Amino acid sequence: MLCDICKENEATVHFSQVVGEKVRKIDICEGCAKAKGLTDPGSVSMLGDMLGEFAGEQMPAEAENLRCPACGFTLANFKKTGRLGCGACYETFEGGLKSLLRAMHKGERHIGKVPAKAVAARDLTDQVKSLEEDLQRAISEERYEHAALIRDKIRAVETKMKAEAAK
Amino acid sequence: MTVPRRRRKGTIDVTDNPQQVVVMSSRVRLARNLQGAPFPGWAKKPDRQRALDTIMAAAVALPEMKGGLSQSMDNFTAMEKQLLVEKHLISREHAAKNVGSGVVINPAETVSLMINEEDHLRMQALLPGLCLREVWDTIDRVDSALEAQLDYAYSPKLGYLTACPTNVGTGIRASVMLHLPALVLAEQINQIIQAVNKLGLAVRGLYGEGTEASGNLFQVSNQTTLGEREMDLIERLHKVINQIIEHESNARQALLEKRPQMIYDQVGRAYGILTNACVQSSKEAMNLLSMLRLGVDLDLVRGLNHQQIDELFLTTQPAHLQKQAGQKLSAEQRDVLRASLLRDALKDVQRPKLLAPGFPPPEEAGDEGKTEIA
Repeated sequence: MLCDICKENEATVHFSQVVGEKVRKIDICEGCAKAKGLTDPGSVSMLGDMLGEFAGEQMPAEAENLRCPACGFTLANFKKTGRLGCGACYETFEGGLKSLLRAMHKGERHIGKVPAKAVAARDLTDQVKSLEEDLQRAISEERYEHAALIRDKIRAVETKMKAEAAK
Repeated sequence: MTVPRRRRKGTIDVTDNPQQVVVMSSRVRLARNLQGAPFPGWAKKPDRQRALDTIMAAAVALPEMKGGLSQSMDNFTAMEKQLLVEKHLISREHAAKNVGSGVVINPAETVSLMINEEDHLRMQALLPGLCLREVWDTIDRVDSALEAQLDYAYSPKLGYLTACPTNVGTGIRASVMLHLPALVLAEQINQIIQAVNKLGLAVRGLYGEGTEASGNLFQVSNQTTLGEREMDLIERLHKVINQIIEHESNARQALLEKRPQMIYDQVGRAYGILTNACVQSSKEAMNLLSMLRLGVDLDLVRGLNHQQIDELFLTTQPAHLQKQAGQKLSAEQRDVLRASLLRDALKDVQRPKLLAPGFPPPEEAGDEGKTEIA
């Protein structure tokens, strides 16, 4: 078996990982393993180091010209380093990252810890949503006075959200 | 070290608190970034400095960090950085950083924050023994306290946003350092590593020399960070660790029963060399200390405990030796100092027990137990 990276030497380092139902397999030679830092546990995981290589295949061609509006990062940079430029890059390159994230992780959605600030923001969004439902019901039942009250409530929550976001 | 260790005298019972016998340390690290700021690898100098200043200010204000170390990386000498690497308080990558990166460490050296490593903030809690839940609680608390001061890059869908997509979501890496001499001696370690890899967990060496881990020390950690709750991941890792511990315990029993002369010989040789050698390389010392540690576990070596051996694993590392000498040392000088330090530390340790005289039992061919991990 030839090395996945240099395609020249015999692959002697085999790496496989099962995530959910998918198996990722990488077979590489010792030289490439060293070059990729596989022999250095202090470095980030090999998967991370190899992302550059694999990212290219996963990304749709039209994404080539994308540039992150927030930080100016491009797909070419990602291919080179396997690292993104800023938080907004996740949105910019969402299309291409999707399959990559699906391949490397257990799920596609975060279900862990939520920062307290984000909890507050989420609660406010939920509040607005439920108030909007109340509003629609009030209007359809022709309870216009009540509807006006609800509209005021929604405005108040939205003002709060804006204030939170500006913090 | 604060972990209590029970030992029954005169037994070779390796199930005596096996978790603390096999597990050297537990660690959880979290990766976080500031909202609206480019990640360190892509940031220009002023951006990086601004992120450093912001995080440093929030970090030193934490009650946990009071009286600890907080420094910009350019204020350290190469040796001081190496010292922090050997203590596992910073990564090798971070040791290579200078202006624009920093570190904050609590006085007990159980919590450390790397600022502008690959991410704006990498924080870890590290404790001896098997205590994943405890280290998670510690770092979770630190994270929550920092989050009140800092605006993290966070998306409701993808969680904490990190420079490398492999860390996105929880940004967590939970890892456990294991001492697995019997699985190595019984040549079962590769099966174990493969089984663990199949579960989506990574196995690495202490300082990594290819597949061969020095000192029979192996670090097991998670690979995935998105789509799993932190506590679920920690419980999953915990379960696998317990299974590995069981395999190691079984391998020790099997070796004692089937190949006692080999075990006694390994421990005896380790003792002999460590207490007499005048030149000792780092790698050889690690491997011999590993055998001595096994000897202590099996009660073949008396007058020495884990804590002392684990301390020697650390104090015989290159930067620690140079710190003790108070000067830079060549590799040859270090090997001499290492040997003398080891002879000195072990001078009161009794000679290991020897196998009763007589012919050894014939070695049984065939396999030595199963190594499956469900």
